[in-house]
Amino acid sequence: MRPASKLKVRLVQLNPRLGDVEANVDLHMEAIKQAIADDVSLIIFPELSLTGYYLRDLAPEVAMRVEGPVMSQLARLSKEIGIVVGFVEEDEQFSFFIAQAYLEGGAVRHVHRKVYLPTYGMFDEGRYFTAGRRLRTLRSKWGPMGILICEDLWHPSAPYVLSQSGMYYLIACASSPGRGIHDQHIATAGTYANILTTYAQLFQVYVLFCNRVGYEEGVCFWGGSCVIGPQGVSVAAAPQLEPAVLDAELDVAAIRRVRLQAPLTDDENLDLTIRELERVRRERAED
Amino acid sequence: MSELKIDCALATSIITGFLRNEITKFGFERGIVGMSGGVDSTLSAFLTAKALGPDNVTGVIMPYKTSKPDSREHAELAAAQLGIRTEVIDITPQIDAYFARMPDADKLRRANKMARERMAVLYDRSQALRALVIGTSNKTEALLGYTTLWGDMACAINPLGDLYKTQVRQLARYLGVPQVIIDKPPSADLWQGQTDEGELGFTYEEVDKLLFRLVDERKSRDELIEEGFAPEFVARVIQMVQGSQYKRRMPLIAKVSTRSINRDFRYPRDWGR
Repeated sequence: MRPASKLKVRLVQLNPRLGDVEANVDLHMEAIKQAIADDVSLIIFPELSLTGYYLRDLAPEVAMRVEGPVMSQLARLSKEIGIVVGFVEEDEQFSFFIAQAYLEGGAVRHVHRKVYLPTYGMFDEGRYFTAGRRLRTLRSKWGPMGILICEDLWHPSAPYVLSQSGMYYLIACASSPGRGIHDQHIATAGTYANILTTYAQLFQVYVLFCNRVGYEEGVCFWGGSCVIGPQGVSVAAAPQLEPAVLDAELDVAAIRRVRLQAPLTDDENLDLTIRELERVRRERAED
Repeated sequence: MSELKIDCALATSIITGFLRNEITKFGFERGIVGMSGGVDSTLSAFLTAKALGPDNVTGVIMPYKTSKPDSREHAELAAAQLGIRTEVIDITPQIDAYFARMPDADKLRRANKMARERMAVLYDRSQALRALVIGTSNKTEALLGYTTLWGDMACAINPLGDLYKTQVRQLARYLGVPQVIIDKPPSADLWQGQTDEGELGFTYEEVDKLLFRLVDERKSRDELIEEGFAPEFVARVIQMVQGSQYKRRMPLIAKVSTRSINRDFRYPRDWGR
């Protein structure tokens, strides 16, 4: 089936309550019901939107299974709308992951487990979570989609792999802490803008960046969610530092036009890249 | 100076958001600030008034008999400009009653006692007013340990703790803190003639440049000397930072169990908020 070519997306720049899943589920349900009423096709929530970010020892206490009651509750609403939601996933081996689920047609269709867990500077994720081991796209009603979470975006190999799998939409979910106030824009926001614009342009996709707001442990999350078109041009942008709901209309035809102008994705020499990477790996192993 | 320059609108927006969020999510609406008439506590009061509205802020002025009269005058000037309530609580009776029994106490002990007495008054008033104690310590003094443990450092939340002294001045200027407060020599006013820079032996301008490179940019001692900082100055500041590390951490706990508070029992402070 040819995917629907136009869709209305909504990015919810919310402020979850730290460690209070019940309160956060209510926030999500309310936002999803409103989006359904507003004819939104796809609603996106930030990283760890159901739990909050600085969980530390709370992580196992708020963790859930994909087949558990919270996901089932949200899945019921996904008969009418695509949903991307952030949570702590526990697997059958009692490992814990920072995860983002995609729900559509009444079921969880895909889970991305955060691959890159920052454990440096102000971050301590590797202490509490296990790193994901997969980079896969998913087939949505509106075409192929890739989901990455925050630090994943700082490793260009991650969107590269997704792009080579075939991707229209890069969903970038974050709980990005704001730091650096030497300029009128938070330094982190400037860096993100560069990275996301570059990905949109080089991989010729829509980038949907959904970042949270609010404060935890004295740290602010800066928001600034945005949608960037496949030409690398801003389609919509939410304000920084305050809760917001950002809507945008996406059109697959825009991706097609950009790729007609310059078939970068198609021209990519995957075999060459793999060969050279294997050589690098061989040489490193010999060191 | 340029590396210490901050965007004041952005800083105000982040810090007032911090105050509103971290106060209201714990079920409070009000803040209380100990006002010395200096730039740090005045800025704290300005930011809190902006975050919560002037009606929700109380400035507590706590003079001792040797405090300079302009300390109180400046605090009252700032409070009047903001339209916040003030309380004046003279700490002379309790300080003098205590030291009548400790006549040999030197000026450092007396200064520390005063700082801790003010803390005790603030916490008592915060209970009575159902308000949180808003901190007034900046990053420079906290890093240098130029502060009284459990005294002027004590607070529920601190809006200034990540701003160097020179950045405090920038923000104070931006928010309209009275010029006379920004211009006067910084002083804890714990004894007559005391000034921070006289006591420290260097200026805030100088030490902030050094601390920014040392702490924020993680430059090594050798790199700092190569940049032109005097080796003795670098050594002294590093020693001060290292020597006061205990003031910036909670007390050590002797570990005997399998799960000890803050070592392997690690919950966020904003747990469930």
